[in-house]
Amino acid sequence: MTPPEPRRWLLHPGDPGWPAGLSDLGDLGDRYRVASVWVEGELPVLPGVAVVGSRAAGATGQEVARRIGADLCRRGVTVVSGFALGVDAAAHRGCLAAGGQTVAVLGCGLAVDYPRSHRALRTEVSLRGALVSEYTAWDAPRAWHFPHRNRIIAALSRAVVVVVAGEKSGALSTARWAADLGREVLAVPGSILGPFSEGSNRLLRDGARPYLDVSDLADVFPQCTAPAVSERGREAAQPGHGGGSKPEGARDHASRLLALVSAEPVPRELIGRALGLRASGLAVLLGELELEGQVRSLPGGLVVRDHPNLGMGNRVPRLQP
Amino acid sequence: MVATAISCAVQGLSGVPVTVEVDVANGLPSFTIVGLTDRAIQEARERVRAAVRNAGFDFPPRRVTVNLAPAEVPKEGSGFDLAIAVALLRTERELPLDGVACIGELALDGGVRGVIGVLPMARRLSASGIRRLIVPAENAVEAALVEGIEVIGVESLAVAVAYLEGRLALEPVAAPPMGEVCAPGGVDLAAVRGQSLAKRALEIAAAGRHNLLMLGPPGAGKTMLARALAGLLPDLGADDALEVASLYSLRGRLSDRPATSVRPPFRAPHHSVSRAGLIGGGAGIAQPGEVSLAHRGVLFLDEICEFPRSHLEALRQPLEERRVAVARVRASVVFPAEFVLVAAANPCPCGRLGELSGPGCRCPEPMVARYRSRLSGPMRDRIDMVAEVPRLNGEALLSGSPEESTARVRERVAMAQARQLERVGTTGARANGLLDGEQLLDVCRLDARGRDALTMAGERWRLSARAYHRVLRVSRTIADLGGEERVSREAVIEAFQLRVPAL
Repeated sequence: MTPPEPRRWLLHPGDPGWPAGLSDLGDLGDRYRVASVWVEGELPVLPGVAVVGSRAAGATGQEVARRIGADLCRRGVTVVSGFALGVDAAAHRGCLAAGGQTVAVLGCGLAVDYPRSHRALRTEVSLRGALVSEYTAWDAPRAWHFPHRNRIIAALSRAVVVVVAGEKSGALSTARWAADLGREVLAVPGSILGPFSEGSNRLLRDGARPYLDVSDLADVFPQCTAPAVSERGREAAQPGHGGGSKPEGARDHASRLLALVSAEPVPRELIGRALGLRASGLAVLLGELELEGQVRSLPGGLVVRDHPNLGMGNRVPRLQP
Repeated sequence: MVATAISCAVQGLSGVPVTVEVDVANGLPSFTIVGLTDRAIQEARERVRAAVRNAGFDFPPRRVTVNLAPAEVPKEGSGFDLAIAVALLRTERELPLDGVACIGELALDGGVRGVIGVLPMARRLSASGIRRLIVPAENAVEAALVEGIEVIGVESLAVAVAYLEGRLALEPVAAPPMGEVCAPGGVDLAAVRGQSLAKRALEIAAAGRHNLLMLGPPGAGKTMLARALAGLLPDLGADDALEVASLYSLRGRLSDRPATSVRPPFRAPHHSVSRAGLIGGGAGIAQPGEVSLAHRGVLFLDEICEFPRSHLEALRQPLEERRVAVARVRASVVFPAEFVLVAAANPCPCGRLGELSGPGCRCPEPMVARYRSRLSGPMRDRIDMVAEVPRLNGEALLSGSPEESTARVRERVAMAQARQLERVGTTGARANGLLDGEQLLDVCRLDARGRDALTMAGERWRLSARAYHRVLRVSRTIADLGGEERVSREAVIEAFQLRVPAL
């Protein structure tokens, strides 16, 4: 059964529902003006916050993006991103998993299935947010489309958060557009050792504000107060749910384990050592907690605290064969 | 004038006793060999002629015809030389050959050289009533492993003839004691630091003969772990050990692994191996490939994504049927190939995916997906467990408690295997990893909490039916290792930690 052809419509400046932010691009010069955009789904409240970054972001980067997406959505802020692999997709997913709305700005026509691995995500975004493109339905994704569509991402947002960006990442172009448009630019500080965060760290040196938690956006979105303790997922365990049937010892181990695991991935080997558990005992404990949605396994034998109450482990594709 | 001698042709692990008939007739001097022979046998004419002469006998200057009967069975290799020479000499002299067979290749100076496949030939000849076997001295030990047959090792044609004439007394070679424990390159589990998850996976793989995939960056210790798995498997029984030795004899590889060894073999072919080398085949005598050399042991495929796809597809038959059929021109031979497959792969093309330190991985997701898709669906279906083998930093390598030794884990494995055998009896699958369909559901009885866990986890991770079965099989083995009658919740949850994720 093929799904019904989604409804798409064309918006022009001045139409009801035309995002006002897009008109700002005209101030930069006529060649940057957006004449019209195709929309699929329903445009949520705009402007929002753009969360952008590298396609090859690694588990940590994706985790950060997912978390920012979820934090924003829980404060009623729309997440805007570019629907690319890696950080973009993680931001969309984090927002959707927390029940929010998101806008994906594409670098190709709305009828083009690109990137292919995002077919399921595409349906979800169009049902609970909107896909936006200035290209006609069947325009193929071209290399030069992407830096160009970045100006739309920036224009639809009041702030841009760069999560993980290498030296030449396209996310930097989004940041430049944002700066030109007078939008706030923030960057998540990254390690200075690898090439992953070279771009985002350089943004920080050039005057971008660091993004440490969602309260850094309070200037532009007053509802972005500091995250509640339970949201940070860093503190010791909250009383577990559904653990009533567990023996005392297991419960104790579980709380010690949760205290060890934070938003930053931890190797399971170290957890086992710290708790003095054999491999089988640790596997059972982690399995139970994973089933409860408290922790999640990442590729590379890493364990990370799951976003509490999100239960999105089943939505996130694991990077394992 | 006609004389005969007995030898043997090999076909796979079995063979056919061959009667070598020699007719010496008047006419122009000639030497012809008939009987569906290959090139090596045609060349025997030159070897036999020279060897007979140089051993001090006369080669009749007459019309010599040799027939290898039965004539419709294809015959290959140089092992018929000795029988041809002996039959030829019998036309002139008294050589009693009652219940005696001869195997061996002749050198031009009359010496006798070793050949491949003597062990399977000896087993076949023993079964067909031969009581005494004359073989090259090199091959005497392997042949002596066969019960009910007297093995005489000879170094030259002259010695063989003297023995048969009764002029020289030779003692039959004593059967060497089985059980020489020899695992070249074996690794004790205690020598591998950390990697507790992977070690546990090895223990489960050994106990239930489950196929395992290890994912990890280069240098994380995947090869060491795979080697350690062979050590976790219990010793082979006498029949199994003889079968494995026969395969090595056919491949001419008894130098790698002594015929008397009772340790399960470990084979680690490189990904540049030819298809015939992996599956079996080759010119001349059909030779077992790596899959059969790993019979009853471990086949380790490092960098499995680098193996040509056709090789991996060819692995399907041995993985499913536990044997492999090698097609020959005139027939097809079957070799046993029941092994535990341990595959290793990098998590992504650069190998750094998921690393916390260092330069990190920059492989784009589609490239990672493409790399992983090289491990095709059918292969993936045959892998029961996936274990991550991350690279450990110095701290993790140096600290920690002393590791468990191979010997201790092997005891648990042996106990778990005994439980499996007791449960299924002689009719069922020998190990949980071989369970399928009805039998799987019948054997893997869960208790109530175990069933709950299976349902919950299955929904949460959206398991396919096949993935379900894999988790069931693995959880049954975990329960066996823990001595549980029914599969508990803990066993199910642990099995889920080792599940093969959907692509």
